Amino acid sequence: MNEMQLRIPAKSENELFARNTVAAFALPLNPSLSELSDIKTAVSEAVTNCIVHGYAGQEGWIEITCKIDGECLHIQISDSGKGISDIEQALTPFYTTLPGEERSGMGFTIMQTFMSTFTVQSRAGEGTVVTMSKDFGAKAEANAQ
Amino acid sequence: MKIQENRNGENLYIYLTGELDEHSVCSVREQTDRLIDENAGLSRAVFNLAGVKFMDSTGIGFLIGRYKKLQKYGMTMYLENPNAGADKILALSGVYSLVPKI
Repeated sequence: MNEMQLRIPAKSENELFARNTVAAFALPLNPSLSELSDIKTAVSEAVTNCIVHGYAGQEGWIEITCKIDGECLHIQISDSGKGISDIEQALTPFYTTLPGEERSGMGFTIMQTFMSTFTVQSRAGEGTVVTMSKDFGAKAEANAQ
Repeated sequence: MKIQENRNGENLYIYLTGELDEHSVCSVREQTDRLIDENAGLSRAVFNLAGVKFMDSTGIGFLIGRYKKLQKYGMTMYLENPNAGADKILALSGVYSLVPKI
C-alpha cells in the first residue's frame, strides 16, 4: 500500500502537473498507455471542474489524495468551492452550467467511463469531493469481460 | 500549444501540437479563430491532431466551437489523426457525428 497527497492552488497551469503527478504515482501498477491516458483525462476533468466551477476563477485550494491498494488506484479530488446544488443534473451528459463558454458538459461522463468506480459528493456553499478508482491487472481484465 | 497552418486548394489544414486543456485553450482558440477568419473563403478546414499528446473535454468544447464558427462561413470541418486517447473522448462525445474523421 502506498499513498500520496497533493495540495495545489486552483490555477489552470496546475492541471498538467496534477494529471502527470497522479499518472507517475500509478506507474508501479504497470498501467498500459491507454490506462495511463484514462487516469490523466479523469484527473484533468476533476481538477478543471474545481477551477472552473468550484472556485469559478476565484482563489482556492485543490486537494488530491491517491492510494494504491493491491491492484487498485484510488483517487480523491476535492475543493472548498461553491459546490453543486443538483448532482443528478450535473451528471447528465452534455449538461453544463456555462453554455456560453464552449463547455462540452462531458466532464463527469468521461470520469465515469474511464474509471472503474466514481462518486461525487457535494453541498452547496461547502465544496465538492470526487472519489474514483481504477482496477489494474487481473481485476481490470475480469471487469472488461 | 503550437499551431501551424497550410493551405492547399480549397483546404485549410490546421496542425495542433501539445496538450489541449483549460490552461492552453484560450490562446489556441484565439489563434485558430484568426486563421479561420483569414481563410474564410475556403470550403474545408482539416484539424490535424497528430501532435496533440493530451486532450480532455475542454478540447471537445473547443472543437465543437470551431465547428459552429466554420459553419457560419459555410466551411466543412474534418478531424485527422487523433491519438488513441483523444479518439476515445471524441467518439464518446459524439463529435464524429458532426465533424467526420478522415
